[in-house]
Amino acid sequence: MIQFTNVSKRYPGGHDALSNISFDMEKGAMAFLTGHSGAGKSTLLKLVALIERVTRGQLFLDGENVTRISTRRIPYIRRKIGFIFQDHHLLFDRTVFDNVALPLVIAGYPYKEIGRRVRAALDKLGLLDKERAYPVTLSGGEAQRVGIARAVVNKPMLLLADEPTGNLDPDLSRDIMTLFGLFNDVGVSVLIASHDIALIEQMDYPVLQLEHGQLVTEAQGAA
Amino acid sequence: MKRNRRQSQHHWRERLKRRLSPVIYLRRHAQVALDSLGRLFRNSLASLMTAAVIGIALALPSGLYLLLDNLGELSSSWDGQASLSVFLQDTVTAKGARKLADRLADWPEVETVDLVTPKQALVEFGQQSGLGSALEALDENPLPAVLIITPVAGHLAPATAAALQSKLAALPETALAQLDLEWVQRLAAMLEIARRGILVIGALLALAVLLVIGNTIRLEIQNRRDEIVVTKLIGATNGFVRRPFLYSGVWYGVLGAGIAWLLVETGFWLLSGPVTRLAGLYQSEFSLDTLPLQLLGVLGGGGLLLGLLGSWLAVGRHLRAIEPR
Repeated sequence: MIQFTNVSKRYPGGHDALSNISFDMEKGAMAFLTGHSGAGKSTLLKLVALIERVTRGQLFLDGENVTRISTRRIPYIRRKIGFIFQDHHLLFDRTVFDNVALPLVIAGYPYKEIGRRVRAALDKLGLLDKERAYPVTLSGGEAQRVGIARAVVNKPMLLLADEPTGNLDPDLSRDIMTLFGLFNDVGVSVLIASHDIALIEQMDYPVLQLEHGQLVTEAQGAA
Repeated sequence: MKRNRRQSQHHWRERLKRRLSPVIYLRRHAQVALDSLGRLFRNSLASLMTAAVIGIALALPSGLYLLLDNLGELSSSWDGQASLSVFLQDTVTAKGARKLADRLADWPEVETVDLVTPKQALVEFGQQSGLGSALEALDENPLPAVLIITPVAGHLAPATAAALQSKLAALPETALAQLDLEWVQRLAAMLEIARRGILVIGALLALAVLLVIGNTIRLEIQNRRDEIVVTKLIGATNGFVRRPFLYSGVWYGVLGAGIAWLLVETGFWLLSGPVTRLAGLYQSEFSLDTLPLQLLGVLGGGGLLLGLLGSWLAVGRHLRAIEPR
């Protein structure tokens, strides 16, 4: 699903965020990405999301070489990916329903199907009663679940999460992580950046550990 | 791995192909258009002020143009019946005047000759000026006999009419030969200058409208920066992000044109009473025409285009700078 071949990322100004990263995450796999802040977790996710471009090396997504993909094609690649952010990035001027519907609207789904899919996603995350609520009225955990609903509503092949539990208490964090596991069970590839080592260790998934922009361990299954 | 890649590219093309049917595409456009309009109404006061600025800027040139159009119609309605007035010397007798009229009627350039005797002229003047009783007090009629000459159609052009004028002026019986067309021509020349002036004003105000819309859209883009970033992150194309702003611009332009139309109509309605009264004083049935359908179309279409262009400029400049970081 995600394949890095000797990937380096140097930001303008000469700062090397990632150097010589190689790994291959299989389709349908789930993995954690850990490391101290500044180790390059976010940069790695941004490369996968095509927010930043690779400086050296090759990057494949779903078998397609996206290292030098044209800017025009980026949106279509991103539609295959669901993003979950630490601060959920919901739009405050519209309801939960409209927030979750956004990826489907962007992809041009017909009206009826949007309603059906949004409700299915909200149902899966236990948010059906919040459909008409505005994001400001939601608790942190609910807002994060809405963010996840938005990420999974168009059935992406890959879920990317950047510190999805950073603002949540341990119980909620575990719930969220379990949710990711459930999506993975139905075949979605999941890559989660997190520094919550305690939580990660409780879960039985491969871990990619970054240190100063380099991959130091590659636990079982991710190779 | 390679097989896998080919497969997924195939899968990709499939997905692109079934991306959008025309119906869905049109429906999406309609929906974005309505959304943009709804957004305008939600900030109704701010939107109204922007639309009003655009409306005033559009109303000024269209109102002036319309006024000019009316004046032009007035002058053109008199173009066709241009005539020359030949005022005769006092020494010419009534009989002599009649003879001269008959003689002139035979000239090839002359279509008709009407003789206005001093007596007739006095009666007419008394009626029109309202000085009837004052004129009665005069010992003798001060008015000369006048021959009103209508040239044949071929001699209506300014140069030939002027030639006829000098020929008439050379007659010994003539005191003064006057080309009644002159003031019409002067008016037409003045109208031409005014028309150019309005074109310049119109161009400048169109530019102002463009800037107003561009700036409004720029602010809107800044206000919705987060939204743009998020939508781009979840796969929105530039076209998708651009569309609501373009529609906002179009709505501003169209609303502005609507306000301009209201302003012009109101202005002309306020003017129409006094103008008709003034025209009445000149024995004319002239009255102001309001915006004809064509001009309304030009106004609406112009507003729409200016809105689209203004927002396009703003969107082109500012949207590209907003990318997820």
